[in-house]
Amino acid sequence: MAMLELQDVHVKYGAVEALKGVTLEVNEGEIVTLLGANGAGKTTTLRTISGLLRPSAGRILFEGRPIDQMPAHEVLGIGVGHVPEGRRVFPRMSVQENLEMGAYQRKGGNKEVMQRVFELFPVLSERKSQEGGTLSGGEQQMLAIGRALMSRPRLILLDEPSMGLAPLIVAKIFEIIAEINDDGTTVLLVEQNAAQALKLAGRGYVLETGSIVMSDDAATLLSDDRVRAAYLGEDIGAA
Amino acid sequence: MSNPTLERGETPGPGSRLPWHRNEDYRRMFSLLMVGLVVALMTGPSGNRDHPTDGFTGSWFHPRVLLFLGAAAAIGVLMTLYDRSKGAGRRNPLQPVIAPITAVRDRMTSQPLLRYSVYAAILVFAVLYPMTLTPFWQRVLVDQIGVYVLLALGLNIVVGLAGLLDLGYIAFFAIGAYTTAYFTGKLPVAPPFTLNPFEVVPIAILATLVAGVLLGGPTLRLRGDYLAIVTLGFGEIVRILAVNGDAFFGTNVTNGPRGAVGIPHPSIHAFGINYDWTLKSLPYYYLLLVLVVGLLIAFNRLENSRVGRAWTAIREDEVAAAASGVPTVKYKLMAFAIGASTSGFAGVLYASKVGFISPDNFLLLFSLLVVTMVIFGGMGSLPGVVLGAAVLQWMPQVLRGKVPPEDRYIYFGALLILMMIFRPQGLLPSRRRSRELKLSEEGLGGADSLGATPGTTS
Ligand SMILES: Nc1ncnc2c1ncn2[C@@H]1O[C@H](COP(=O)(O)OP(=O)(O)OP(=O)(O)O)[C@@H](O)[C@H]1O
Ligand SMILES: [Mg+2]
Repeated sequence: MAMLELQDVHVKYGAVEALKGVTLEVNEGEIVTLLGANGAGKTTTLRTISGLLRPSAGRILFEGRPIDQMPAHEVLGIGVGHVPEGRRVFPRMSVQENLEMGAYQRKGGNKEVMQRVFELFPVLSERKSQEGGTLSGGEQQMLAIGRALMSRPRLILLDEPSMGLAPLIVAKIFEIIAEINDDGTTVLLVEQNAAQALKLAGRGYVLETGSIVMSDDAATLLSDDRVRAAYLGEDIGAA
Repeated sequence: MSNPTLERGETPGPGSRLPWHRNEDYRRMFSLLMVGLVVALMTGPSGNRDHPTDGFTGSWFHPRVLLFLGAAAAIGVLMTLYDRSKGAGRRNPLQPVIAPITAVRDRMTSQPLLRYSVYAAILVFAVLYPMTLTPFWQRVLVDQIGVYVLLALGLNIVVGLAGLLDLGYIAFFAIGAYTTAYFTGKLPVAPPFTLNPFEVVPIAILATLVAGVLLGGPTLRLRGDYLAIVTLGFGEIVRILAVNGDAFFGTNVTNGPRGAVGIPHPSIHAFGINYDWTLKSLPYYYLLLVLVVGLLIAFNRLENSRVGRAWTAIREDEVAAAASGVPTVKYKLMAFAIGASTSGFAGVLYASKVGFISPDNFLLLFSLLVVTMVIFGGMGSLPGVVLGAAVLQWMPQVLRGKVPPEDRYIYFGALLILMMIFRPQGLLPSRRRSRELKLSEEGLGGADSLGATPGTTS
């Protein structure tokens, strides 16, 4: 049984249907990437999984449990972490306070997890008392990921973690995603940066205007002509 | 000393060579003189309908014009001198007053003994001082200051902590007051049983709590400005219902614009205590004092609890808060409900103290006034909002008889403007809020729709 299953999920913003029947699954331990052009519905998909949006039809199961009607804090409570698009850190809380917010629902100590987050992101431990809003873009992204890890999720949803970051930082963040996955956290990664995402992931889905149009092993997608043309910016005709 | 390039927000030092019209000192002097002139004209004898400019022609040669212009010039010179004495730093003429207060506050956080002594001193003062006042000031202390301190404390939860701009806050005050009138049998519709105002308190709190949730429920998905507009509408709806409620489907429910008269004073006859509040203000003052102290303790604990952390998170970034597992809807509703019921409670006390209520007590102006108090005192800061409410309610009373009544709000406005220029974070800001403001000045994230916008200070 898959860890996360979306079955024919529809989502509407008012009269506009942003997701027109999305079906996908993520198995325990995998890194799965969800690719798609701007406006394809990637963010919508993640927000629906994490309970920030309600599907108008379809079902979402996490470890066999329906979660499509659950409020966001409950979805987080059963093990789904979400790093929203656009590095949303609490700008006026310190790094430490930001991380503590991530463990808001957890009772008892969170020393160990925080220790692990600081191991993954040594920059953050150097800047514990600095305010979130004054961190650099890359540091903010790390903080946002760190904060999501504080709830000890078993599945983490990452929405374009590489957006607006320099190639070197992107590589670093992707390394850390691999490390998080090694720790036993399953990853669903939304990316524009298709080449790198497909190298990191085991499998991938391609979303186009609200529908899944392709799904396959990452390696297969990486060599697929249509993917290369549309998402890797390669000119197939000239090749 | 001299700055070859002038950076944003920096005052050019005295040695900098800018053309005179770009020099901050001249610019400031010019603005001050213009403000002085406008205030002088507006506070002058007014013209009449047939000769609207009479007021102006009279005013031009009035010594008051010179007085105001002189005062403006003096303020300008003082500010310039102050800048020079400090070099080209931040100019804030209030600094000498603020610095010692801030120092005491900082030490209070680290030294519990000092903290409790300061609290005790304030409490002793608050208990003893009002006894020395004239009955007029004792009444001001209750009807104007005490009631609004309660209102400001309640709104501080909504605006200051949860960051939800509520512009219809006075509606809950109205609901509390009308509930009192109803259950004491002073509305045209008879209640099922009549109660003493004290016994109305739980009913009024419940009623406003429900009203708060009813308003909150459908509107909490709105943000910032939209929420402000909807709550503003709600406030007006409640007031207009009160005005037109004298012909509510043919029955007179609220007595319309005439309102309710003869609402009884509260009394206690329980636990071996027998006490009747009367027309005297002082006993109400002590009742309010107990309540305010109780609320201060309760709200302080709330602010430093999980709930307070949730509110901070929601205020800073709602999406991030939701993604961190904060049940945002629940906590926003909670803020609304707590604020509303505090307001309703204040309504009961006001109605039974004054004995008379009408829709005119619940104008939009009063909602705005409470918001102003919270901002003026320091959003999110308990001592701040108490002081803010007290100062802003005290000031018009001091001006009473000293300036023409129609000019009072000009002075009020001038005070607010000065405050926004020199101390936008409020009289006694909360630490986090001051940081937020400082950051937004540096252009890092606006201090949300409720904070000051960047660039208001230099
Ligand atoms: N709050 C909203 N109200 C109305 N329409 C929305 C809303 N949010 C998204 N949409 C629309 O839904 C569609 C999918 O948006 P979504 O944000 O999921 O795209 P995306 O794949 O994440 O794009 P990007 O790569 O640019 O982040 C778009 O057409 C968008 O305009
Ligand atoms: Mg997106």
